[in-house]
Amino acid sequence: MASGVKPRVKVPKSAEAGEVVTIKTLISHKMESGQRKDKDGNVIPRSIINRFTCDFNGQNVIDVDLFPAISTNPYFEFEATIPEAGDMKFTWYDDDGSVYEESKSITVG
Amino acid sequence: MKFKALTAVAALMVAMPGMSLAEPDDDHLVINGDLEIVTKTAAPAHMEETGIDTIMSGWHFRADETQQLEMDDFDNPGMIFVDQAIDSWNAVEGSAGKSCASCHDDPSSMEGVRAVYPKWNEAAGEVRTIAMQVNDCRTTRMGADAWKYDGGDMASMEALISVQSRGMPVNVAIDGPAQAVWEQGKELYYTRTGQLDLSCASCHELNYGNMIRADHLSQGQINGFPTYRLKNAKLNTVHARFKGCIRDTRAETYNPGSDEFIALELYVASRGNGLSVEGPSVRN
Amino acid sequence: MEFTRRDTLAMGLGAAVLSMVPFRASAAVDAAVEAFTGGAEMATTGIELTAPEIAENGNTVPIAVNAPGATAIMVVAAGNPTPGVATFKFGPLSGSQSASTRIRLAGTQDVVAIAKMADGSFARAASTVKVTIGGCGG
Repeated sequence: MASGVKPRVKVPKSAEAGEVVTIKTLISHKMESGQRKDKDGNVIPRSIINRFTCDFNGQNVIDVDLFPAISTNPYFEFEATIPEAGDMKFTWYDDDGSVYEESKSITVG
Repeated sequence: MKFKALTAVAALMVAMPGMSLAEPDDDHLVINGDLEIVTKTAAPAHMEETGIDTIMSGWHFRADETQQLEMDDFDNPGMIFVDQAIDSWNAVEGSAGKSCASCHDDPSSMEGVRAVYPKWNEAAGEVRTIAMQVNDCRTTRMGADAWKYDGGDMASMEALISVQSRGMPVNVAIDGPAQAVWEQGKELYYTRTGQLDLSCASCHELNYGNMIRADHLSQGQINGFPTYRLKNAKLNTVHARFKGCIRDTRAETYNPGSDEFIALELYVASRGNGLSVEGPSVRN
Repeated sequence: MEFTRRDTLAMGLGAAVLSMVPFRASAAVDAAVEAFTGGAEMATTGIELTAPEIAENGNTVPIAVNAPGATAIMVVAAGNPTPGVATFKFGPLSGSQSASTRIRLAGTQDVVAIAKMADGSFARAASTVKVTIGGCGG
């Protein structure tokens, strides 16, 4: 588990049924690209978040494959349709097998 | 022909084709749609002889895309570290079994603090920066280890404390018991040092708004610190920046937490008196 | 070390902007694009790629993509050591086929975005981003 990984998401607390809302997500993660070398000249191995998903009430909103070119502290902004009240779940998958999660509730009406 | 410092500086200040970024812009900074930030204001009285009428936040010298990153707390990567600091604030640490919250309650109790630091601490008989104060609390009252002066934990905590004063005018005292330290800082600011024979003023007072190689020179204000730099994708503290800046001018630099940097921080902060506390800001 | 004025000026100018656009097509990028499109033709309209003309810092460059009607958008960086940037796949509850993120660019280069549309066709947009190195930024 990479240390100090913390997600931060912007999700509206409520929406109209069927409304399209803007979601912003940040997560603190070094995103070690595999291009850097340490003091002794050895390559520091790649260690990044390689996938990010957002689901709402079990249905997928967006599914992103990440590569080393995504900056440290990955940021994604996208839009989601909110058909009814429910839970928005965010999942980040780390190269090292760790999975980071965050979820927020949205009410409707 | 011998290598002359002034020639080097002149050569470095070449205006580059295609870059129309020479002047700081006129944009307006409002965070989260409702927090007005004063990023330009009249220079404080003590700067009368500098020839600077208007002091400007470093925000104005950055590209539009960078400026935008600061306008929403969910765009601003520095805010993840504020979240981490909230966890630190509530964490019990040290032999006294306390957390920051034990004495200070909610982080909002820090409102107004960042705006007046560095400041004279009567009981301690010295000018203190926020980092010094945090470590004093940690070691003396919590029985915990001091944090590295410019390390990640300290930078995150400084960001949390800054947020509580965000939008309030910087207002550090330069008279009374702090005056001697302020004068020391002022002298450091104007003293040319190093292989390139540059002082802080050479760039930040005489050449702000110009390009130095690929960088748009600012006035060197610190109202936005700690700042999230795109360059290293993390929060940077004032002393860490001073150290790097001086090293880049090829001069002997000082250490974070040194008397020289405490004095310099007080002086540089006072050059921003009137600008809003902006931290954590986003810069390149 | 002794420098003539000419040398000093040349150093200043030379060091200022790395604006050499790499025109040679990268094999790795072509392979990635081929894998995504299966070799299909790509239209030049239907996808929008927003990227700055000059990146303030190559370490964190904000970009955005938008392709109404797309099922997925792939972004590659033609001048990076490895071309992959991100592939956005839009699910049933996506509110639009758009996304923003921040990327790392190793130097001045083309950022390329390719959209796979719902009808199986593809669209391509590219943007040259100048990445400058060297300021007194430390």
